[in-house]
Amino acid sequence: MTRNTVISVKNLVKKFGSFTANDNLNFEVFEGEIFGFLGANGAGKTTALRILSGLSSPTSGEVIVAGYNARKDPEKIKKNIGYMCQKFSLYNDLTTRENITLYGGIYGMPKALIKKRTEDLFERLSFHEYSDRLISSLPLGLKQKLAFSVAVLHEPRIVFLDEPTGGVDPITRRQFWEMIYETADRGITVFVTTHYMDEAEYCDRVSIMSEGKIVALNSPAELKRLYNAESVEEVFVKIARPAGTKTLSPEVKSENN
Amino acid sequence: MQKIIEASDINMSFGDVKALRNISFDVNESDIFGFIGPDGAGKTTLFRIIATLLIPDEGELKVLGLDSVSDYKELRKNIGYMPGRFSLYQDLSVEENLNFYATVFGTTVSENYDLIAEIYSHIEPFKKRLAGKLSGGMKQKLALSCALIHKPKLLILDEPTTGVDAVSRVEFWEMLRKLKEYNITIIVSTPYMDEAMRCNRVALIQNGSILSIDDPQKIKEGFSRKLFSVRAPEKFKLINVLRDYPGIVTAYPFGDSVHITFHTDKLDMTLYDHLKKSGIENAVITETDPGIEDRFLELMLNE
Repeated sequence: MTRNTVISVKNLVKKFGSFTANDNLNFEVFEGEIFGFLGANGAGKTTALRILSGLSSPTSGEVIVAGYNARKDPEKIKKNIGYMCQKFSLYNDLTTRENITLYGGIYGMPKALIKKRTEDLFERLSFHEYSDRLISSLPLGLKQKLAFSVAVLHEPRIVFLDEPTGGVDPITRRQFWEMIYETADRGITVFVTTHYMDEAEYCDRVSIMSEGKIVALNSPAELKRLYNAESVEEVFVKIARPAGTKTLSPEVKSENN
Repeated sequence: MQKIIEASDINMSFGDVKALRNISFDVNESDIFGFIGPDGAGKTTLFRIIATLLIPDEGELKVLGLDSVSDYKELRKNIGYMPGRFSLYQDLSVEENLNFYATVFGTTVSENYDLIAEIYSHIEPFKKRLAGKLSGGMKQKLALSCALIHKPKLLILDEPTTGVDAVSRVEFWEMLRKLKEYNITIIVSTPYMDEAMRCNRVALIQNGSILSIDDPQKIKEGFSRKLFSVRAPEKFKLINVLRDYPGIVTAYPFGDSVHITFHTDKLDMTLYDHLKKSGIENAVITETDPGIEDRFLELMLNE
Protein backbone atom coordinates (compact mmCIF):
# COMPACT_ATOMS: atom_id res chain seq x y z
CA MET A 1 0.00 0.00 0.00
CA THR A 2 1.50 3.31 -1.00
CA ARG A 3 0.51 6.16 1.21
CA ASN A 4 0.39 9.80 0.29
CA THR A 5 3.10 11.93 1.84
CA VAL A 6 1.76 15.05 3.55
CA ILE A 7 4.99 16.25 5.17
CA SER A 8 8.32 15.85 3.40
CA VAL A 9 11.48 17.20 5.02
CA LYS A 10 14.79 16.96 3.17
CA ASN A 11 18.10 18.16 4.58
CA LEU A 12 16.41 20.76 6.76
CA VAL A 13 18.90 23.08 8.45
CA LYS A 14 17.92 26.02 10.64
CA LYS A 15 20.58 28.27 12.12
CA PHE A 16 20.32 31.19 14.50
CA GLY A 17 23.66 32.98 14.13
CA SER A 18 26.30 30.34 14.79
CA PHE A 19 23.84 28.04 16.59
CA THR A 20 22.39 25.16 14.58
CA ALA A 21 18.93 24.42 15.97
CA ASN A 22 17.96 21.88 13.28
CA ASP A 23 20.90 19.95 11.88
CA ASN A 24 20.01 18.21 8.61
CA LEU A 25 16.59 16.71 9.36
CA ASN A 26 15.11 14.15 6.97
CA PHE A 27 11.71 12.54 7.42
CA GLU A 28 8.29 11.99 5.88
CA VAL A 29 4.85 11.87 7.45
CA PHE A 30 1.95 10.14 5.70
CA GLU A 31 -1.74 10.82 5.23
CA GLY A 32 -3.82 9.63 8.16
CA GLU A 33 -0.78 8.88 10.26
CA ILE A 34 -0.43 9.72 13.96
CA PHE A 35 3.15 10.94 14.23
CA GLY A 36 4.84 11.66 17.56
CA PHE A 37 7.58 14.30 17.59
CA LEU A 38 9.70 13.93 20.72
CA GLY A 39 12.83 15.49 22.12
CA ALA A 40 14.35 16.86 25.30
CA ASN A 41 14.02 20.56 26.16
CA GLY A 42 16.21 22.49 23.75
CA ALA A 43 16.56 19.63 21.25
CA GLY A 44 15.12 21.73 18.42
CA LYS A 45 11.50 20.51 18.35
CA THR A 46 9.90 23.93 18.59
CA THR A 47 12.13 25.32 15.84
CA ALA A 48 11.17 22.46 13.50
CA LEU A 49 7.50 22.78 14.41
CA ARG A 50 7.54 26.51 13.60
CA ILE A 51 8.97 25.72 10.16
CA LEU A 52 6.44 22.95 9.52
CA SER A 53 3.58 25.28 10.39
CA GLY A 54 4.76 28.11 8.15
CA LEU A 55 5.84 30.45 10.95
CA SER A 56 9.55 30.33 10.19
CA SER A 57 11.65 29.71 7.09
CA PRO A 58 14.41 27.09 6.84
CA THR A 59 18.02 28.24 6.44
CA SER A 60 18.48 25.48 3.85
CA GLY A 61 16.81 22.28 2.74
CA GLU A 62 13.37 21.53 1.35
CA VAL A 63 10.23 21.34 3.46
CA ILE A 64 6.89 20.47 1.82
CA VAL A 65 3.79 20.53 4.01
CA ALA A 66 0.33 19.72 2.62
CA GLY A 67 1.79 20.17 -0.86
CA TYR A 68 3.28 23.63 -0.23
CA ASN A 69 6.87 24.73 0.13
CA ALA A 70 7.65 26.19 3.55
CA ARG A 71 9.96 28.81 2.07
CA LYS A 72 7.75 29.98 -0.81
CA ASP A 73 4.19 29.40 0.38
CA PRO A 74 4.06 29.58 4.18
CA GLU A 75 0.63 31.29 4.06
CA LYS A 76 -0.84 28.38 2.10
CA ILE A 77 0.57 25.97 4.66
CA LYS A 78 -1.15 27.88 7.46
CA LYS A 79 -4.51 27.52 5.70
CA ASN A 80 -4.13 23.77 5.41
CA ILE A 81 -3.14 22.92 8.94
CA GLY A 82 -4.83 23.02 12.33
CA TYR A 83 -3.18 23.62 15.69
CA MET A 84 -4.12 22.87 19.26
CA CYS A 85 -2.06 23.27 22.38
CA GLN A 86 -3.03 22.00 25.79
CA LYS A 87 -2.65 25.26 27.66
CA PHE A 88 -4.46 27.65 25.38
CA SER A 89 -6.64 27.21 22.37
CA LEU A 90 -10.03 28.78 23.01
CA TYR A 91 -11.12 32.19 24.28
CA ASN A 92 -12.47 31.87 27.82
CA ASP A 93 -14.69 34.95 27.58
CA LEU A 94 -16.45 33.83 24.42
CA THR A 95 -19.16 31.16 24.29
CA THR A 96 -18.67 27.78 22.68
CA ARG A 97 -20.55 28.88 19.56
CA GLU A 98 -18.67 32.19 19.36
CA ASN A 99 -15.32 30.41 19.56
CA ILE A 100 -16.27 28.08 16.73
CA THR A 101 -17.53 30.97 14.59
CA LEU A 102 -14.35 32.96 15.28
CA TYR A 103 -12.03 30.12 14.25
CA GLY A 104 -14.16 29.25 11.22
CA GLY A 105 -13.97 32.91 10.18
CA ILE A 106 -10.20 33.07 10.67
CA TYR A 107 -9.83 30.09 8.34
CA GLY A 108 -12.05 31.84 5.79
CA MET A 109 -14.86 29.29 5.86
CA PRO A 110 -18.21 30.40 4.36
CA LYS A 111 -20.85 31.26 6.97
CA ALA A 112 -23.22 28.49 5.90
CA LEU A 113 -20.47 25.90 6.22
CA ILE A 114 -19.47 27.16 9.67
CA LYS A 115 -23.08 26.86 10.73
CA LYS A 116 -23.41 23.35 9.41
CA ARG A 117 -20.15 22.13 10.95
CA THR A 118 -21.08 23.78 14.27
CA GLU A 119 -24.32 21.81 14.40
CA ASP A 120 -22.53 18.60 13.37
CA LEU A 121 -19.99 19.18 16.11
CA PHE A 122 -22.62 19.80 18.80
CA GLU A 123 -24.39 16.64 17.67
CA ARG A 124 -21.26 14.49 17.65
CA LEU A 125 -20.05 15.67 21.07
CA SER A 126 -23.58 15.87 22.56
CA PHE A 127 -22.71 19.46 23.27
CA HIS A 128 -26.04 21.27 22.80
CA GLU A 129 -26.43 22.28 26.43
CA TYR A 130 -23.03 23.99 26.34
CA SER A 131 -23.48 25.80 23.04
CA ASP A 132 -24.15 29.23 24.54
CA ARG A 133 -22.05 28.95 27.67
CA LEU A 134 -18.76 30.72 28.22
CA ILE A 135 -15.72 28.53 27.69
CA SER A 136 -14.48 29.43 31.17
CA SER A 137 -17.49 27.62 32.67
CA LEU A 138 -16.85 24.29 30.90
CA PRO A 139 -15.15 21.35 32.59
CA LEU A 140 -11.54 20.84 31.47
CA GLY A 141 -12.25 17.60 29.61
CA LEU A 142 -14.99 19.18 27.48
CA LYS A 143 -12.80 22.20 26.75
CA GLN A 144 -10.12 19.96 25.37
CA LYS A 145 -12.47 17.94 23.19
CA LEU A 146 -13.92 21.18 21.87
CA ALA A 147 -10.46 22.67 21.25
CA PHE A 148 -9.54 19.63 19.19
CA SER A 149 -12.78 19.76 17.20
CA VAL A 150 -12.19 23.45 16.50
CA ALA A 151 -8.64 22.74 15.33
CA VAL A 152 -10.02 20.39 12.65
CA LEU A 153 -13.16 22.42 11.86
CA HIS A 154 -11.78 23.52 8.48
CA GLU A 155 -10.81 19.90 7.63
CA PRO A 156 -7.08 20.57 7.37
CA ARG A 157 -4.68 18.01 5.88
CA ILE A 158 -2.67 18.02 9.11
CA VAL A 159 -3.40 18.92 12.70
CA PHE A 160 -0.57 19.76 15.09
CA LEU A 161 -1.18 18.90 18.76
CA ASP A 162 1.07 20.09 21.56
CA GLU A 163 0.83 17.82 24.64
CA PRO A 164 -2.83 17.17 23.90
CA THR A 165 -3.74 15.04 26.90
CA GLY A 166 -1.36 16.29 29.58
CA GLY A 167 -3.12 16.67 32.92
CA VAL A 168 -6.51 15.18 31.99
CA ASP A 169 -8.17 12.28 33.80
CA PRO A 170 -7.79 8.74 32.43
CA ILE A 171 -11.32 8.54 30.99
CA THR A 172 -11.23 11.90 29.23
CA ARG A 173 -7.80 11.03 27.97
CA ARG A 174 -9.08 7.90 26.28
CA GLN A 175 -12.08 9.68 24.80
CA PHE A 176 -9.59 12.19 23.44
CA TRP A 177 -7.37 9.55 21.84
CA GLU A 178 -10.44 7.95 20.31
CA MET A 179 -11.21 11.33 18.70
CA ILE A 180 -7.64 11.41 17.41
CA TYR A 181 -7.98 7.88 15.98
CA GLU A 182 -11.27 8.80 14.35
CA THR A 183 -9.69 11.92 12.81
CA ALA A 184 -6.71 9.95 11.49
CA ASP A 185 -9.12 7.35 10.14
CA ARG A 186 -10.75 10.13 8.06
CA GLY A 187 -7.34 10.81 6.49
CA ILE A 188 -6.24 13.80 8.55
CA THR A 189 -2.64 13.50 9.66
CA VAL A 190 -2.09 14.05 13.38
CA PHE A 191 1.29 15.44 14.40
CA VAL A 192 1.81 15.24 18.18
CA THR A 193 4.60 16.93 20.13
CA THR A 194 4.90 15.95 23.75
CA HIS A 195 7.15 15.59 26.78
CA TYR A 196 5.14 12.67 28.00
CA MET A 197 6.31 9.37 26.69
CA ASP A 198 3.11 7.56 27.57
CA GLU A 199 1.40 9.82 24.99
CA ALA A 200 4.02 8.71 22.48
CA GLU A 201 2.90 5.11 22.97
CA TYR A 202 -0.39 5.96 21.21
CA CYS A 203 1.31 7.16 18.01
CA ASP A 204 1.85 5.10 14.84
CA ARG A 205 5.45 6.27 14.55
CA VAL A 206 7.61 8.54 16.68
CA SER A 207 10.79 10.48 16.06
CA ILE A 208 13.18 11.45 18.83
CA MET A 209 15.34 14.56 18.52
CA SER A 210 18.52 15.30 20.40
CA GLU A 211 20.80 18.29 19.88
CA GLY A 212 19.15 19.33 16.63
CA LYS A 213 19.21 15.87 15.02
CA ILE A 214 16.70 13.08 14.70
CA VAL A 215 18.34 10.17 16.49
CA ALA A 216 15.51 7.65 16.11
CA LEU A 217 12.38 7.25 14.01
CA ASN A 218 10.18 4.18 14.16
CA SER A 219 6.99 2.69 15.55
CA PRO A 220 6.85 2.54 19.36
CA ALA A 221 6.88 -1.28 19.27
CA GLU A 222 9.93 -1.39 16.98
CA LEU A 223 11.80 1.22 19.05
CA LYS A 224 11.20 -0.80 22.20
CA ARG A 225 12.48 -3.91 20.43
CA LEU A 226 15.58 -2.18 19.01
CA TYR A 227 16.57 -0.66 22.33
CA ASN A 228 15.49 -3.62 24.42
CA ALA A 229 13.24 -1.36 26.46
CA GLU A 230 9.84 -1.82 28.06
CA SER A 231 8.53 1.64 27.25
CA VAL A 232 9.16 4.56 24.91
CA GLU A 233 10.22 6.47 28.03
CA GLU A 234 13.06 4.01 28.58
CA VAL A 235 14.12 4.37 24.92
CA PHE A 236 13.99 8.15 25.28
CA VAL A 237 16.12 8.22 28.41
CA LYS A 238 18.67 5.96 26.68
CA ILE A 239 19.12 8.11 23.58
CA ALA A 240 17.79 11.63 24.13
CA ARG A 241 20.20 12.67 26.88
CA PRO A 242 21.77 15.82 25.42
CA ALA A 243 25.12 15.47 27.21
CA GLY A 244 25.27 11.73 26.55
CA THR A 245 27.29 9.77 24.04
CA LYS A 246 26.85 10.65 20.42
CA THR A 247 26.14 7.14 19.17
CA LEU A 248 23.47 6.99 16.54
CA SER A 249 20.55 4.66 16.87
CA PRO A 250 20.73 1.33 14.98
CA GLU A 251 18.28 2.25 12.25
CA VAL A 252 19.87 5.65 11.53
CA LYS A 253 23.26 3.94 11.28
CA SER A 254 21.99 1.48 8.73
CA GLU A 255 20.50 4.31 6.66
CA ASN A 256 23.85 6.03 6.62
CA ASN A 257 25.73 2.95 5.44
CA MET B 1 6.69 5.49 63.41
CA GLN B 2 6.06 9.19 63.74
CA LYS B 3 3.18 10.69 61.82
CA ILE B 4 4.28 13.70 59.80
CA ILE B 5 0.81 14.60 58.54
CA GLU B 6 -2.56 13.63 60.01
CA ALA B 7 -5.50 14.96 58.04
CA SER B 8 -9.10 14.20 58.85
CA ASP B 9 -12.22 15.21 56.96
CA ILE B 10 -10.84 18.28 55.25
CA ASN B 11 -13.40 20.19 53.20
CA MET B 12 -12.80 23.27 51.13
CA SER B 13 -15.02 25.22 48.75
CA PHE B 14 -14.50 28.22 46.52
CA GLY B 15 -17.96 29.67 45.93
CA ASP B 16 -20.01 26.87 44.41
CA VAL B 17 -17.01 24.74 43.62
CA LYS B 18 -16.24 21.98 46.10
CA ALA B 19 -12.47 21.70 45.79
CA LEU B 20 -11.94 19.11 48.54
CA ARG B 21 -14.44 16.63 50.01
CA ASN B 22 -13.75 14.81 53.29
CA ILE B 23 -10.05 14.34 52.68
CA SER B 24 -8.40 12.10 55.29
CA PHE B 25 -4.92 10.60 55.17
CA ASP B 26 -1.71 10.06 57.16
CA VAL B 27 1.86 10.55 56.02
CA ASN B 28 4.65 8.70 57.87
CA GLU B 29 8.18 9.86 58.47
CA SER B 30 10.46 9.47 55.42
CA ASP B 31 7.57 8.70 53.09
CA ILE B 32 7.63 9.85 49.51
CA PHE B 33 3.88 10.28 49.38
CA GLY B 34 2.35 11.00 45.98
CA PHE B 35 -0.99 12.65 45.19
CA ILE B 36 -1.85 11.45 41.71
CA GLY B 37 -4.73 13.02 39.84
CA PRO B 38 -5.70 15.16 36.85
CA ASP B 39 -5.77 18.97 36.68
CA GLY B 40 -8.64 20.29 38.77
CA ALA B 41 -8.66 17.30 41.16
CA GLY B 42 -7.80 19.51 44.16
CA LYS B 43 -4.09 18.74 44.53
CA THR B 44 -2.91 22.35 44.67
CA THR B 45 -5.65 23.40 47.11
CA LEU B 46 -4.70 20.54 49.43
CA PHE B 47 -1.00 21.41 49.24
CA ARG B 48 -1.70 25.07 49.95
CA ILE B 49 -3.64 24.03 53.06
CA ILE B 50 -0.76 21.80 54.20
CA ALA B 51 1.68 24.65 53.56
CA THR B 52 -0.52 26.85 55.88
CA LEU B 53 -1.35 29.22 53.02
CA LEU B 54 -5.07 28.42 53.09
CA ILE B 55 -7.40 27.63 55.98
CA PRO B 56 -9.79 24.76 55.25
CA ASP B 57 -13.54 25.28 55.73
CA GLU B 58 -13.75 22.12 57.82
CA GLY B 59 -11.54 19.38 59.14
CA GLU B 60 -8.46 18.91 61.23
CA LEU B 61 -4.89 18.96 60.05
CA LYS B 62 -1.79 18.21 62.08
CA VAL B 63 1.57 18.65 60.41
CA LEU B 64 4.75 17.68 62.29
CA GLY B 65 2.57 17.37 65.37
CA LEU B 66 1.42 21.00 65.11
CA ASP B 67 -2.02 22.36 64.32
CA SER B 68 -1.87 23.83 60.83
CA VAL B 69 -4.06 26.81 61.72
CA SER B 70 -3.12 27.87 65.27
CA ASP B 71 0.58 26.89 65.05
CA TYR B 72 1.22 28.06 61.51
CA LYS B 73 4.18 30.28 62.41
CA GLU B 74 6.11 27.49 64.08
CA LEU B 75 5.16 25.09 61.32
CA ARG B 76 6.42 27.31 58.52
CA LYS B 77 9.96 27.11 59.90
CA ASN B 78 9.98 23.39 59.29
CA ILE B 79 8.40 22.99 55.88
CA GLY B 80 9.76 23.64 52.42
CA TYR B 81 7.20 24.42 49.71
CA MET B 82 7.78 24.40 45.99
CA PRO B 83 4.66 25.70 44.24
CA GLY B 84 3.66 24.50 40.79
CA ARG B 85 4.32 27.86 39.24
CA PHE B 86 7.94 29.08 39.34
CA SER B 87 7.88 31.55 42.23
CA LEU B 88 11.46 32.64 42.80
CA TYR B 89 12.62 36.17 42.11
CA GLN B 90 13.26 36.37 38.38
CA ASP B 91 15.32 39.52 38.69
CA LEU B 92 17.65 38.13 41.31
CA SER B 93 20.52 35.87 40.31
CA VAL B 94 20.67 32.17 41.13
CA GLU B 95 23.00 32.82 44.05
CA GLU B 96 20.99 35.80 45.33
CA ASN B 97 17.79 33.76 45.38
CA LEU B 98 19.44 31.01 47.39
CA ASN B 99 20.98 33.47 49.86
CA PHE B 100 17.67 35.26 50.20
CA TYR B 101 15.76 32.10 51.11
CA ALA B 102 18.46 31.02 53.55
CA THR B 103 18.33 34.43 55.26
CA VAL B 104 14.53 34.51 55.47
CA PHE B 105 14.68 31.20 57.34
CA GLY B 106 17.46 32.44 59.63
CA THR B 107 20.19 30.21 58.27
CA THR B 108 23.07 30.40 55.78
CA VAL B 109 23.80 28.59 52.55
CA SER B 110 27.00 27.11 53.97
CA GLU B 111 25.25 25.64 57.02
CA ASN B 112 23.08 23.26 55.00
CA TYR B 113 25.08 23.11 51.82
CA ASP B 114 25.60 19.35 51.99
CA LEU B 115 21.85 18.85 51.64
CA ILE B 116 21.62 20.69 48.32
CA ALA B 117 25.17 20.10 47.05
CA GLU B 118 24.25 17.51 44.47
CA ILE B 119 21.26 19.43 43.10
CA TYR B 120 22.86 22.86 43.26
CA SER B 121 26.10 21.69 41.61
CA HIS B 122 24.18 21.44 38.31
CA ILE B 123 23.34 25.15 38.37
CA GLU B 124 26.30 26.54 40.31
CA PRO B 125 28.25 27.29 37.09
CA PHE B 126 25.42 29.77 36.29
CA LYS B 127 25.16 31.31 39.76
CA LYS B 128 25.47 34.89 38.46
CA ARG B 129 22.65 34.41 35.95
CA LEU B 130 19.23 35.94 36.65
CA ALA B 131 16.71 33.28 37.68
CA GLY B 132 14.32 34.50 34.97
CA LYS B 133 16.89 33.58 32.30
CA LEU B 134 17.28 29.94 33.31
CA SER B 135 15.94 26.97 31.31
CA GLY B 136 12.98 25.00 32.71
CA GLY B 137 15.11 22.20 34.13
CA MET B 138 17.50 24.66 35.79
CA LYS B 139 14.65 26.70 37.31
CA GLN B 140 13.30 23.50 38.80
CA LYS B 141 16.66 22.66 40.38
CA LEU B 142 17.01 26.16 41.80
CA ALA B 143 13.48 26.10 43.20
CA LEU B 144 14.20 22.77 44.87
CA SER B 145 17.47 24.10 46.33
CA CYS B 146 15.64 27.15 47.75
CA ALA B 147 12.90 24.97 49.24
CA LEU B 148 15.54 22.81 50.96
CA ILE B 149 18.07 25.36 52.16
CA HIS B 150 16.63 25.62 55.70
CA LYS B 151 16.65 21.82 56.06
CA PRO B 152 12.89 21.36 56.40
CA LYS B 153 11.41 18.21 57.92
CA LEU B 154 8.64 18.17 55.34
CA LEU B 155 9.07 19.04 51.68
CA ILE B 156 5.91 19.91 49.71
CA LEU B 157 6.31 19.69 45.93
CA ASP B 158 3.36 20.73 43.79
CA GLU B 159 3.67 19.22 40.30
CA PRO B 160 7.46 19.54 40.15
CA THR B 161 7.72 17.54 36.91
CA THR B 162 4.98 19.16 34.83
CA GLY B 163 6.45 20.48 31.58
CA VAL B 164 9.82 18.86 32.24
CA ASP B 165 11.27 16.44 29.67
CA ALA B 166 11.56 12.72 30.39
CA VAL B 167 15.32 12.74 30.98
CA SER B 168 15.10 15.57 33.53
CA ARG B 169 12.12 13.89 35.19
CA VAL B 170 14.13 10.73 35.81
CA GLU B 171 16.96 12.83 37.30
CA PHE B 172 14.50 14.73 39.47
CA TRP B 173 12.99 11.58 41.01
CA GLU B 174 16.48 10.29 41.63
CA MET B 175 17.26 13.49 43.60
CA LEU B 176 14.13 13.02 45.69
CA ARG B 177 15.04 9.44 46.46
CA LYS B 178 18.41 10.59 47.81
CA LEU B 179 16.75 13.12 50.14
CA LYS B 180 15.35 10.20 52.11
CA GLU B 181 18.81 9.75 53.63
CA TYR B 182 18.34 13.10 55.38
CA ASN B 183 15.04 11.98 56.94
CA ILE B 184 13.09 14.50 54.93
CA THR B 185 9.49 13.49 54.33
CA ILE B 186 8.20 14.42 50.90
CA ILE B 187 4.69 14.93 49.58
CA VAL B 188 4.53 15.40 45.84
CA SER B 189 1.69 15.84 43.37
CA THR B 190 1.57 14.86 39.72
CA PRO B 191 -1.02 14.34 36.98
CA TYR B 192 1.17 11.59 35.51
CA MET B 193 0.10 8.12 36.54
CA ASP B 194 3.42 6.51 35.70
CA GLU B 195 5.14 8.57 38.40
CA ALA B 196 3.11 6.81 41.10
CA MET B 197 5.60 3.95 41.08
CA ARG B 198 8.34 6.34 42.23
CA CYS B 199 6.49 6.92 45.52
CA ASN B 200 6.26 4.51 48.42
CA ARG B 201 2.65 5.51 49.09
CA VAL B 202 0.12 7.23 46.88
CA ALA B 203 -3.35 8.71 47.03
CA LEU B 204 -5.39 8.75 43.83
CA ILE B 205 -7.43 11.96 43.78
CA GLN B 206 -10.26 13.04 41.50
CA ASN B 207 -12.93 15.77 41.82
CA GLY B 208 -11.77 16.67 45.33
CA SER B 209 -12.09 13.13 46.68
CA ILE B 210 -9.50 10.47 47.40
CA LEU B 211 -10.32 7.30 45.43
CA SER B 212 -7.68 5.09 47.03
CA ILE B 213 -4.62 5.31 49.30
CA ASP B 214 -1.97 2.60 49.42
CA ASP B 215 1.41 1.34 48.38
CA PRO B 216 1.35 1.78 44.56
CA GLN B 217 1.91 -1.94 43.99
CA LYS B 218 -1.15 -2.75 46.11
CA ILE B 219 -3.21 -0.17 44.24
CA LYS B 220 -2.42 -1.96 40.98
CA GLU B 221 -3.29 -5.29 42.55
CA GLY B 222 -6.66 -3.84 43.54
CA PHE B 223 -7.78 -4.08 39.90
CA SER B 224 -10.82 -6.31 40.16
CA ARG B 225 -10.80 -8.28 36.89
CA LYS B 226 -8.35 -10.08 34.63
CA LEU B 227 -7.00 -7.63 32.11
CA PHE B 228 -6.17 -8.44 28.48
CA SER B 229 -4.42 -6.39 25.87
CA VAL B 230 -5.40 -6.54 22.18
CA ARG B 231 -3.11 -5.38 19.40
CA ALA B 232 -4.05 -4.82 15.76
CA PRO B 233 -2.99 -2.19 13.22
CA GLU B 234 -6.33 -0.39 12.75
CA LYS B 235 -6.90 0.90 16.25
CA PHE B 236 -10.01 2.99 15.67
CA LYS B 237 -11.83 0.10 14.04
CA LEU B 238 -10.50 -2.32 16.67
CA ILE B 239 -11.95 -0.32 19.58
CA ASN B 240 -15.39 -0.16 17.98
CA VAL B 241 -15.39 -3.83 17.03
CA LEU B 242 -14.38 -4.80 20.56
CA ARG B 243 -17.14 -2.68 22.10
CA ASP B 244 -19.69 -4.41 19.87
CA TYR B 245 -18.80 -7.74 21.40
CA PRO B 246 -21.29 -8.72 24.12
CA GLY B 247 -18.79 -10.56 26.36
CA ILE B 248 -16.65 -7.45 26.84
CA VAL B 249 -17.19 -5.12 29.81
CA THR B 250 -14.64 -2.40 29.07
CA ALA B 251 -12.41 -1.58 26.09
CA TYR B 252 -10.09 1.40 26.32
CA PRO B 253 -7.05 2.42 24.29
CA PHE B 254 -3.77 2.11 26.23
CA GLY B 255 -0.74 3.16 24.23
CA ASP B 256 -0.29 0.86 21.26
CA SER B 257 -2.95 -1.62 22.42
CA VAL B 258 -6.52 -1.77 23.70
CA HIS B 259 -7.10 -3.00 27.25
CA ILE B 260 -10.22 -5.11 27.69
CA THR B 261 -12.03 -6.95 30.47
CA PHE B 262 -14.61 -9.71 30.11
CA HIS B 263 -17.62 -10.57 32.23
CA THR B 264 -15.73 -13.71 33.23
CA ASP B 265 -12.04 -13.96 34.12
CA LYS B 266 -11.24 -16.16 31.14
CA LEU B 267 -10.18 -15.12 27.70
CA ASP B 268 -13.28 -15.64 25.59
CA MET B 269 -11.85 -17.52 22.59
CA THR B 270 -14.81 -16.74 20.34
CA LEU B 271 -13.59 -13.15 20.35
CA TYR B 272 -11.05 -14.17 17.69
CA ASP B 273 -13.90 -15.18 15.39
CA HIS B 274 -15.76 -11.97 16.08
CA LEU B 275 -12.67 -9.93 15.18
CA LYS B 276 -12.08 -11.92 12.00
CA LYS B 277 -15.69 -11.56 10.91
CA SER B 278 -15.41 -7.81 11.44
CA GLY B 279 -12.35 -7.65 9.21
CA ILE B 280 -9.62 -7.58 11.82
CA GLU B 281 -7.08 -10.26 11.01
CA ASN B 282 -4.02 -11.13 13.07
CA ALA B 283 -5.15 -9.54 16.31
CA VAL B 284 -2.86 -10.49 19.19
CA ILE B 285 -4.57 -10.92 22.56
CA THR B 286 -2.51 -11.44 25.71
CA GLU B 287 -3.16 -11.25 29.42
CA THR B 288 -1.49 -8.21 30.91
CA ASP B 289 -0.76 -6.74 34.35
CA PRO B 290 -2.93 -3.74 35.23
CA GLY B 291 -1.11 -0.46 35.80
CA ILE B 292 -2.01 2.45 38.06
CA GLU B 293 -3.91 4.09 35.23
CA ASP B 294 -6.04 0.95 34.68
CA ARG B 295 -6.97 0.99 38.35
CA PHE B 296 -7.63 4.75 38.37
CA LEU B 297 -9.95 4.29 35.41
CA GLU B 298 -11.76 1.44 37.11
CA LEU B 299 -12.22 3.49 40.29
CA MET B 300 -13.59 6.41 38.27
CA LEU B 301 -16.11 4.14 36.55
CA ASN B 302 -17.25 2.77 39.91
CA GLU B 303 -17.88 6.25 41.32
